[in-house]
Amino acid sequence: MKRALVHVFLASLLRRRLATALSLFAIALGAALGLAVQLIHSAALDEFGRGMRLLSGEADLQVVGPRRGFDDAVYVMLAQRPEVAQASPVLELEARLPGREGSLRIFGIDLFRVAQVAPVLMPMPMDDGDRAERFAALQSDALFLSAAARSELGVDPGDLLSVQAGTRELPLTIAGAVPGAGLAQALGVMDIAAAQQVFDRIGRLTRVDIRLVRGAERDVLQQRLRALLPAGVEILPPEAAESQAAGLSRAYRVNLTMLTAIALVTGGFLVFSTQLLSVVRRRQEFAFLRALGLDRASLVRGLLAEGGMLGLVGAAIGVALAYAITALAFRLIGGDLGAGYFRGVAPEIHFRPGLSAIYLTLGVLAGVAGAWLPAREAARMLPARALRSGDEREVFSIQAHWPAAVTCLAGAAVLCLLPPIAGVPLFGYVAVALILAGAVLLLPDAARMAMTLFRHARPVLLRLAHARLAFAPGQIVVAGAGVVASVALAVSMAIMVSSFRGSVDEWLSQVLPAGLYVRASSSAATGYLGPEEVARIASLAGIASVQAVRYDTLRLSERFPMTLIARPVRDGTPLPLVSGSASNVAVTPGDMLPVWISEAMADLLRLGVGDVLSLPLAGQDHAFRVAGIWRDYARQHGAAVIELDDYRKLTGDPLTNDLGVHLSPGTSTEAVMSAIRETLGERTIEISLPGEIRAVSLAIFDRTFLVTYLMQAVAVLIGLFGISTTFAALATSRRKEFGVLQHLGLLRREIGTLLGAEAALTAAVGVCVGMVAGAAISVVLVEIVNRQSFHWSMDLSLPIGLLSIFGASLILLAALAARLSGRQAMRRSAVFAVREDW
Amino acid sequence: MLEIEGLSKGFSGTAAQALFSGLALTLAQGECVAIMGESGVGKSTLLNCIAGLEPIDGGRMVLDGTDLAALDEDAWALLRRRKLGFVFQAFHVLPHLTLLQNVALPMWLLDVAGDEAETRAHEMLRRVGLGARASDWPKHLSGGEMQRVAIARALVHCPSLVLCDEPTGNLDPERAREVLDLLLERIREAGAMGILVTHSAAAAARTDRVLRLSRDGLVEDRDGA
Repeated sequence: MKRALVHVFLASLLRRRLATALSLFAIALGAALGLAVQLIHSAALDEFGRGMRLLSGEADLQVVGPRRGFDDAVYVMLAQRPEVAQASPVLELEARLPGREGSLRIFGIDLFRVAQVAPVLMPMPMDDGDRAERFAALQSDALFLSAAARSELGVDPGDLLSVQAGTRELPLTIAGAVPGAGLAQALGVMDIAAAQQVFDRIGRLTRVDIRLVRGAERDVLQQRLRALLPAGVEILPPEAAESQAAGLSRAYRVNLTMLTAIALVTGGFLVFSTQLLSVVRRRQEFAFLRALGLDRASLVRGLLAEGGMLGLVGAAIGVALAYAITALAFRLIGGDLGAGYFRGVAPEIHFRPGLSAIYLTLGVLAGVAGAWLPAREAARMLPARALRSGDEREVFSIQAHWPAAVTCLAGAAVLCLLPPIAGVPLFGYVAVALILAGAVLLLPDAARMAMTLFRHARPVLLRLAHARLAFAPGQIVVAGAGVVASVALAVSMAIMVSSFRGSVDEWLSQVLPAGLYVRASSSAATGYLGPEEVARIASLAGIASVQAVRYDTLRLSERFPMTLIARPVRDGTPLPLVSGSASNVAVTPGDMLPVWISEAMADLLRLGVGDVLSLPLAGQDHAFRVAGIWRDYARQHGAAVIELDDYRKLTGDPLTNDLGVHLSPGTSTEAVMSAIRETLGERTIEISLPGEIRAVSLAIFDRTFLVTYLMQAVAVLIGLFGISTTFAALATSRRKEFGVLQHLGLLRREIGTLLGAEAALTAAVGVCVGMVAGAAISVVLVEIVNRQSFHWSMDLSLPIGLLSIFGASLILLAALAARLSGRQAMRRSAVFAVREDW
Repeated sequence: MLEIEGLSKGFSGTAAQALFSGLALTLAQGECVAIMGESGVGKSTLLNCIAGLEPIDGGRMVLDGTDLAALDEDAWALLRRRKLGFVFQAFHVLPHLTLLQNVALPMWLLDVAGDEAETRAHEMLRRVGLGARASDWPKHLSGGEMQRVAIARALVHCPSLVLCDEPTGNLDPERAREVLDLLLERIREAGAMGILVTHSAAAAARTDRVLRLSRDGLVEDRDGA
């Protein structure tokens, strides 16, 4: 059997080189994309975690609070606790650098404490031998930079570096290095008192790193210390930040992995098509072997080995390709594939034997699964009948499976009702797979229905094409299954992306009502506008009104920090509400204050309109009533909007992050922008027009979906391969038929047109079924997968024009591909063709 | 009328190694001839040359006044469509067309209106004894029935010349006799010319003339054996 396996089965892969090459290519692409996505994300997560662990040092627990920080009395209290061996206070800031792109992460540390808990942050002065220099770290303008930061900023010890606090520009002296930070971490370190002073954070901390006494139980002490902390301040193990980041990006990573899995499944369909056609062509060969004594099981094993070999070699090529893609992706788009989850992380590629083995196995499984039905078909063949020609109709008379199809579709509908598991919409993905399976199972019925439409066609070539496809609808199933899968994927993604992009565009126009926007820095960085600066802008000529917005983060339990947005709401400033109301909320004394929460927050905290939400502001919990739920595409982890006046009353914080400026009618935007720059200085503020913000936001959106577009292109390419290989194989197996037609007077090019017409009809059925399946899958993606993954709702939008062009192009390309692939078969003389036994 | 003069054809298209050369043949309208000869002498190749399916190396062929040597590939295809009919040893009835569709196919190619094409195809099937089975699929037919369909297909569009390559080679003697009767009867009824390549002396004897192809050329076989 071993010799038979090699000579009869595996050698057949070498004989049909084109089909083998395309199958290998399809499986290689599926495996490569899947593994590359895994490699990229695991490398990025590893590097992110490594950075987090490095900066946490030897801390057992970390006390963290909102972005604005918390009172440093918390540190004093913790340092005095008997179970705390060491406590190190930290003020972590994202310092805006005036006149430069980006910001610098600065850690304000207590020099006498940090060495015990996070020694990597220990600064090293320029000249270690001089005692005066040794205390340079305590100077109020001394900043120590890691090697990566010095390299990025192009500064050396002794140089001055300007940082921004509010709209003030302050020069700091580069006093030395942070050798423990390694080469990858771009950060600066300064004395905590100096940092508080420079950045107007007197008495504020953002973190306290804690080392517990030897033998202490961390979980117990975490609970005990938590009870002592003010509202909004949380105590967490250092690895929590890592798992929060992993959790935040998990849905995105799973989404991409699922997309690549569909590419691999499409590759499996291609193996199915090529193997089934190969079985049709080799029926007499198999019948002869069976007559010689080859048993059914050996025949099945041999054919499965062919599929397995295709999968193995394809996946091996794919694995090698994956490492190349990963290296390229790290160089071109970074470690997050453009999604922004791991910004600033510089991951490195490592060989991962476990992951690589999984994708090799998946490739083999795709190959074997693709070969399964053809092998079963070959085993069912009756040798005596197959030795006579012309019984291939039995292979192509694939039966309808509508009860199974209906079961699949009903199962998908039921699964859509189930909740996510650990934030991942697993049932949604299974529903997508079931819809796809249902669509493929419906293909024979769809083919029969489609053929009845052409029953009365008059042109002879269309008649012949119709007769062939009606006679052997399985041919449509074989060639069309890959098309259905790829079109369904492409169409569902196109509808989802179009709906998402349209909704984001609409959302941007709602959240950007002002004529222009002024800010001193991003909300995460150290720039802000004070009340006087806001007043000066408001008083400028041509400005009708200004609307201030203040951002902070909120720590609600151990979750990733949620965003607090304080801004006017009840005055009619638009908020993209999906439920509740904004302007009709009347607040009488004694009532709870209103809060409008994002869909993500509503989902994560299971809140609805009218529910009570406790928000920790200025160290105290305050009860708010949910007045509305709004759509927020900017923050996946949740956001809450409260009235700016309420926020200021409760916190006493008068600062502003973003200022929306409404211009008086007839005012020149350019003139107002110049006036604002003259008033506050050009280097310390950023002025943006709504159109610019919108364009940048949509560019980020498109970059995030770049990988998705790539997957769509791959899926469509594989679908076209399916049509092409199927018709190439069919053209070869139908040489005798074409020979007879030539005898009867059909021109060579007319036979090409006949093949093209059959391919066009096949592709049209595949495209129609794929489009319907794609539309159904898009509903699952929009309503279930996206909603459960990212907590975003969106309005369904069908890009009908785009889809029509796509469908028509695919049908045309399929016809061309079939015509081209049939050319080879028609080179053979009609005389020789009819001489072959029918 | 078919006139062939000085026809030559080499092995694999090379005139240097002649398969046959200087062949001459004239067929009057309504005449049916048999061509006999040893295997490999070029009988089928001669048919293919006459049908324009294999290029010739020299000579002249005129069918109903048309100089066939001047035709390009497309013109040959159109000529086959209008003027030729074929009957093969292996039947070559298309399995995905019904019997009616198989017989109507030559008329579809000539753009004969749908109803007329089907009426004529039906009539032709009736004449070969398969009128009641017009909507059947070929896989339900015996070999003899299959060849009847092929005969109907070869004659339905009233060709000038019917080329038959061992039409009874796959049939038992009884079926072969029936099919040959039918074939010659229909060719004569249609007033077409016929060339029958066969190894069977009995079959050849049923035609108007018997020719023998050999290395010496195409000569009349007056013995018919």
